[in-house]
Amino acid sequence: MEKGNKVNPADETRGPSKMPEPRRVTISELRDRLKNGDPGVWRSLEEIADDEEVKAFLDQEFPRHTAPWMGEMDRRQFLRLAGASLALAGLAGCRIRPIKEIVPYVKAPENLVPGIPKFYATALTLGGYATGVLVESHEGRPTKVEGNPEHPASLGSTNALTQAMILELYDPDRSQALTRDGRYVTPATFESDVKARLRRQIATGGDGIRFLSPSGSSPTVERLFARLQERYPKLRRHYWDAVHRDSVYEGARLSFGRPLEPVYRLDRANVIVSLDGDFLFEGPGSVRYSRDFADRRRVRKNSPAMNRLYVVESTMSVTGGMADHRLALRPSEVEAFAAALRSAIRDGASGSDAHGAFLSAVAQDLIANRGASVVIAGESQPAAVHALVNEINALLGNYGSTVQWIEPVVNPESRLESIRELTADLQDGKVEMLFILEGNPVYDAPVDLQFGEAVRRAGFSVRLGLYEDETSARCRYHIPMAHELESWGDSRAFDGTASIQQPLIEPLYNGVSPIKLLAMLLGDERSEREIVKETWQLAGLGGSAFDDVWSATLSKGVVPNSAFVAEDVSVSPFTAATSRASSSLEVRFKPDPTVFDGRFSNSPWLQELPKPFLQATWDNVMMVSPRTAERLGIEIDLSAVVVGGLAPVAELTVGGRKVKGPVWIVPGHPDDTVTVTLGYGRELAGRVGNGAGFNACQIRAQEGSWFAPASLALTGEKAQIALTQHHYSMENRGIVHEMEIGEYGHEEHDAAHEEMSLYPDREYDGNKWAMVIDTTLCTGCNACVAACVAENNIATVGKDQVIRSREMHWIRIDRYFDDLDNPRYVHVPVPCMQCENAPCEVVCPVAATTHDGEGLNMMVYNRCVGTRYCSNNCPYKVRRFNFYKYTLYPGTWDEETPVTKLLRNPNVTVRGRGVMEKCTYCVQRISAARRRAKKEGRPIRDGEVVTACQAACPTQAIVFGNWNDPNARVTAEKTEPHHYVLMEELNTRPRTGYLPRFRNPNPALKEAR
Amino acid sequence: MAHYPTVIEPKLRGFTAHYSTPEELIEAAKKAREVGYSRLDALTPYAVEGLVEVLGQRDDRVPKIVLTFGVLGALGGFALQTYVSVFDYPMNIGGRPNLSWPSFIPITFECGVLAAALSALIGMLMLNGLPRPHHPVFDAPEIERATDDRFVLFIESEDPQFNAGETREFLKGTGALSVQEVIS
Amino acid sequence: MSQVVHDQEVSDTGQEQLISAEHSNASLTSKIGDIVLKQPSPKQWFVALGFGLIGLSGLLVSIAWLLYKGVGIWGVNIPVGWGFAIINFVWWIGIGHAGTLISAILLLMRQRWRTSINRLAETMTLFAVMCAGMFPLLHLGRPWIFYWLFPYPNALGLWPNFRSPLVWDVFAVSTYFTVSLVFWYVGLIPDLASLRDRAKKRIVQVAMGFLALGWRGSASHWYRYESAYLLLAGLSTPLVVSVHSIVSFDFAVSIIPGWHTTIFPPYFVAGAVYSGFAMVLTIVIPLRSWYKLRDLITIDHLDWMARITLVTGLIVFYGYLTEIFYAWYSGNVFESFMMANRMAGPYSPLYWSLIFCNGIAPQILWWRAARRNIIVLFAMSLIVNIGMWLERFIIVVTSLHADFMPSSWDMYTPTFWDILTYVGTIGFFLTGMVLFVRLLPAIPIAEMKHLLHQKMHGHSHEPEEAKA
Repeated sequence: MEKGNKVNPADETRGPSKMPEPRRVTISELRDRLKNGDPGVWRSLEEIADDEEVKAFLDQEFPRHTAPWMGEMDRRQFLRLAGASLALAGLAGCRIRPIKEIVPYVKAPENLVPGIPKFYATALTLGGYATGVLVESHEGRPTKVEGNPEHPASLGSTNALTQAMILELYDPDRSQALTRDGRYVTPATFESDVKARLRRQIATGGDGIRFLSPSGSSPTVERLFARLQERYPKLRRHYWDAVHRDSVYEGARLSFGRPLEPVYRLDRANVIVSLDGDFLFEGPGSVRYSRDFADRRRVRKNSPAMNRLYVVESTMSVTGGMADHRLALRPSEVEAFAAALRSAIRDGASGSDAHGAFLSAVAQDLIANRGASVVIAGESQPAAVHALVNEINALLGNYGSTVQWIEPVVNPESRLESIRELTADLQDGKVEMLFILEGNPVYDAPVDLQFGEAVRRAGFSVRLGLYEDETSARCRYHIPMAHELESWGDSRAFDGTASIQQPLIEPLYNGVSPIKLLAMLLGDERSEREIVKETWQLAGLGGSAFDDVWSATLSKGVVPNSAFVAEDVSVSPFTAATSRASSSLEVRFKPDPTVFDGRFSNSPWLQELPKPFLQATWDNVMMVSPRTAERLGIEIDLSAVVVGGLAPVAELTVGGRKVKGPVWIVPGHPDDTVTVTLGYGRELAGRVGNGAGFNACQIRAQEGSWFAPASLALTGEKAQIALTQHHYSMENRGIVHEMEIGEYGHEEHDAAHEEMSLYPDREYDGNKWAMVIDTTLCTGCNACVAACVAENNIATVGKDQVIRSREMHWIRIDRYFDDLDNPRYVHVPVPCMQCENAPCEVVCPVAATTHDGEGLNMMVYNRCVGTRYCSNNCPYKVRRFNFYKYTLYPGTWDEETPVTKLLRNPNVTVRGRGVMEKCTYCVQRISAARRRAKKEGRPIRDGEVVTACQAACPTQAIVFGNWNDPNARVTAEKTEPHHYVLMEELNTRPRTGYLPRFRNPNPALKEAR
Repeated sequence: MAHYPTVIEPKLRGFTAHYSTPEELIEAAKKAREVGYSRLDALTPYAVEGLVEVLGQRDDRVPKIVLTFGVLGALGGFALQTYVSVFDYPMNIGGRPNLSWPSFIPITFECGVLAAALSALIGMLMLNGLPRPHHPVFDAPEIERATDDRFVLFIESEDPQFNAGETREFLKGTGALSVQEVIS
Repeated sequence: MSQVVHDQEVSDTGQEQLISAEHSNASLTSKIGDIVLKQPSPKQWFVALGFGLIGLSGLLVSIAWLLYKGVGIWGVNIPVGWGFAIINFVWWIGIGHAGTLISAILLLMRQRWRTSINRLAETMTLFAVMCAGMFPLLHLGRPWIFYWLFPYPNALGLWPNFRSPLVWDVFAVSTYFTVSLVFWYVGLIPDLASLRDRAKKRIVQVAMGFLALGWRGSASHWYRYESAYLLLAGLSTPLVVSVHSIVSFDFAVSIIPGWHTTIFPPYFVAGAVYSGFAMVLTIVIPLRSWYKLRDLITIDHLDWMARITLVTGLIVFYGYLTEIFYAWYSGNVFESFMMANRMAGPYSPLYWSLIFCNGIAPQILWWRAARRNIIVLFAMSLIVNIGMWLERFIIVVTSLHADFMPSSWDMYTPTFWDILTYVGTIGFFLTGMVLFVRLLPAIPIAEMKHLLHQKMHGHSHEPEEAKA
């Protein structure tokens, strides 16, 4: 902001009056203008931004409501948009090497070896909770996010959302200039305005100042707020998260008298019971929990045992899909179940309710595993359930072993309460200055608050956000926010562990971080880095040796022993009467598995990522069970050979409010329940996210912000949804071998059985790359798919192309289920099998796909003429074809846009139109390792080559390595008794193998799954 | 300074005799041979069995040519594939051996047929001395009917036994519809 | 003297009539020659040409759009990587087989009835193969580098992969086209000469004379000519069989259920002949009435073709039955699903229409009355053409859309551009044929004279009852 002060008065005289008749300027003119004068400085922005021509031009280029990027878009319009981003990229004037040195640079940027990527440790947050990551940077361009093995929330893995944050960084639709009422103004203008108003607030002690932000765990932000509070004692902070955890903290209040945060140690749990908690996929620590969960489930020669998972849930969740025993209940029924479970455990009362057998079996199992069991309640369940669960865990003596309680990482105050108060104050006109940092409350606040209207009542409103979205549209000022990868900061993980966030790149669009903004309000001119550093200095990090510890911390990505210590708690039993289950149909709200609460709506990667269980992309749907569908007269034949994506549209009514959307049948979904996901129906998300899906927030009120009585009625319309999988059944083709843990080791399949062949075998005596995927551990979370997309420059193709079955994912997760009413789900990731007798290679007329000396099935893009014969002849259908020039195709971004060019992985060819492409075991990583090894004159070490999918996988279900190395992990996995390959009878000799899906059913519940 | 003739003197090239059926033509040809004429030709609208034998112009080289080229073509095809896949640029394709000869057979066959067919066309034309834009006999009156409905016997003037008067008489004697002199 | 013999349906006497009695050598020359030289074209000719040109322009438009946008404008996807393009390729190449078969095999078998139709059939072959040849090029993702499929020395030192059936196709189809062209042209030479000698217009004389290569019908020429022609016939016979066998390898060599079948080569060849004869009928029946050729292309010709159609149709049908049998007998889960899916899956209506067109409908040809009824024959020929197109659709699409991995199953639906391209090639074919009958002798003059000669003097060295 300090740059703003450089504004010379001359500029202020330029104004709208100057040119009443706006003339369109060409991009080239605009660029020329940008050339003169340092593009990095605000002033040059001022110069052009206040120019009527340019405004006319920009309005033209960025209409507020552009259609989402689906369907064909005419090329000229497309190139214009491309050009605009080009111009604005120039506007942002990004210098890609940060001026302020970051470790490991330490004033020595010459240690950068071109071509050798560097990895920087930082952290990315979701809902305020940090995941430690290592970001790959090519000559200063961040290109890929990897998990930070040192970080407790990651242990090297990430989820799909974290993978996609790198794309969010480059999103050309991010807001790129500061606006007042939609018109470009200088930061100086804003700064003087806001400072003047703040001065006036001193008198009232800041009584009229309100801040609204989503959960945050940044100590520095807290410190700056503390300083603001000193200056304006009456200043009030409010919080709102669409995906809030009120019930967790409320439950803790009920049990312990104070809000606390649970941390689970699943690695110590033999029996896990989840009451509507999707702990493997959602919420803080889910990646870590997946790892701990999987480590107790990895069935191998040395440990042929596994934990047992019971899931009682009111929707179809990833965790539910992993359950050994699953019970689907309506949301409001879970509380009763929890109460029954409590009494069953407390006073051995056998389950009296409908699910008696199940319940008592669960209770028995839990009691049998005192101290080694855990019951987890989902954030969508009311506080009562949490209180009951807390009590159950106490009764089972799980505290201290599998469950720990720590001080809340984020502010525990009730989000609903908080935004309710703020809205009230706004309506009473008490709010003179409203600052909305991040979030998008106008879009996702409880609909009955009519927050959008209320915001207008604020005398003065400022919005800091990545996008100029629905909320920005209601605020006086919009300030472009710096992405987490562009700014200094700090944040805490689910267990309190703190990380310092380092910028990987100068703000591409001159964004401002919350820290920067707060500092500005405080008149603190120092850089973010200094402020953050100060925070930790004051916190006494490293004591006298601060500087060393600081550098070490930065390079390691974790602040040493900053995790919160477990509080010792005493539980007060839950006495209140449990509320009765409603009898009507219920709606269940859920964050969307890919766009979450809407913050990722504009991410083509995530939009095109298939949603677990649905395998649908680019839309949200209303999920119902087969029986409910039948009752509603919905006809979708899930058993069809090819299930089309034509979905009946229904109107969902909650408390008189209505929303229309496509209905889809999800086997395993509880009856009389409709699950809708948040984050869709955005109006100002950007070119990608606008208009996709329906907005569930329109029926989400304060009451029942997670579930509520509802009614569903078909409208007779139909909507096309884009599915990536059209058949649910394995048709007894043994694609996934399903076994019970008891069967381990039986029916030893003869590893040495003869494969007949007319031809002599090819020898692979050097490295022999191979992969093993453990289907027991695959949760179907799609992290691998997202990682693959990021690593291999894979294009997204848009909804219409997915409907035409032309998605480009190199690895896909197939999901199968065996029954409509009481299904067992299996997920199987399918990358290229790298067959030794590859059917695809033989039929290629131009030898564009051949084998290399290490047994990789290579794809030579430059040689491919595009007959698609290889794909036809691939039994696994893992090949993908560029039917159009997808790098230029709506749904993804123009490769000519410099901004997104920065994102490309320079070691992977960007494929053009008309060529086939496929997984090659991340051959670029293999050759990088080979070069390293050669230089050091040694063979490639086991685990030195990690494929993108393997690295991302939260459960480490994928193992990759050199099959010729007797000590390699992959070799061990290959010798597992039940290792198998897909369709062995075809004698394609795949290098990618699978381990069966083991289940650990409770003998007592054999018949009732 | 050399002197160039400006006009080529038209001279008698021989006689054509027209017949209305192939049988008459064959008869006439037989006679002509008996009499001892050797420079004979017979022009017919379609192939007439037994005519060449009568004229003693049977020539069976075409089949031999075709066979030779057919074999060469096939060998060439196989050689090309082997050279490419085994010596020039061997590659591991689907784990198959470099010399996967069974998959080379179709192309080998096609190359053989192609070479044979082309040699049949070219061989036939060359032996026939075609293409030949002009031939003296084209100057004979009514000769165009030789491709329509007349069967024509042509005795060339180069024939040792040729004698304008006798030959004409001889041809008349064979019951020709008409006898024309070929001047060009 | 060129009186035009009256064009009447040769009366249905017991013994076959391959040429009407009133003809003389001269009448043949004039009658056939004048179509090219004198006779003004009937109005149907212009109508046909009009349709042809419309289709042709459609073809050009769709090709232009294809090259500009990419193969994505078609309905192809993953799993169904081959759609209309390959279906049409196989369909056309099949049609292209009757020509060579009629000319070559029937020549070797001394089937005299081939004579008046072989020229048309050969020409049809040439245009059909051109249509066919277009598709493999157009269906490429990057058509502008189609020549990478040919083995030619290049700076990269790269060669095609000779193990791929697509490369076999390149050789087979180009060889087939070349040989057919040679065969067709050799057949034309004497007739070109007669036209040369008959033409009045200088331009025509020059053109025909140029093409006739100075043919003068000398006895020794005729002798070499005949042996070359016979040899070409002898070569074409195995060639025609090999070509469609190789086309069938595109499928048979792959591992896809429904493609990976040893019966494909024979039943593709039979199918080719089947569709080829149907297409000859489709063309000949209107032509002989427009140009009053009922005396040269007699009802007996049509009868003969109908018989061949019936026979090959039965072979094809047998092929279908074997497929069904082995789908069950192999006990292979993929095979049996494939067949069940054809019969009851999303494409089953097409499968059953296929069975009707190629299995049920042709049975009517058992009846002589049907074989000699123009209307029935013409309708039948259209049904067969449709049926054979459906067969290729079933083979290509139903096998791919649901193969090994149920997760990848998906539907194939053609787009507007698929259809326009297909219709376009039909337009191209029509244009070609229409222009041919106008510019070149559609019936071999010399051979007809030969036939006439044999007829006059009741002939020796061949069985009168060639049916046996």
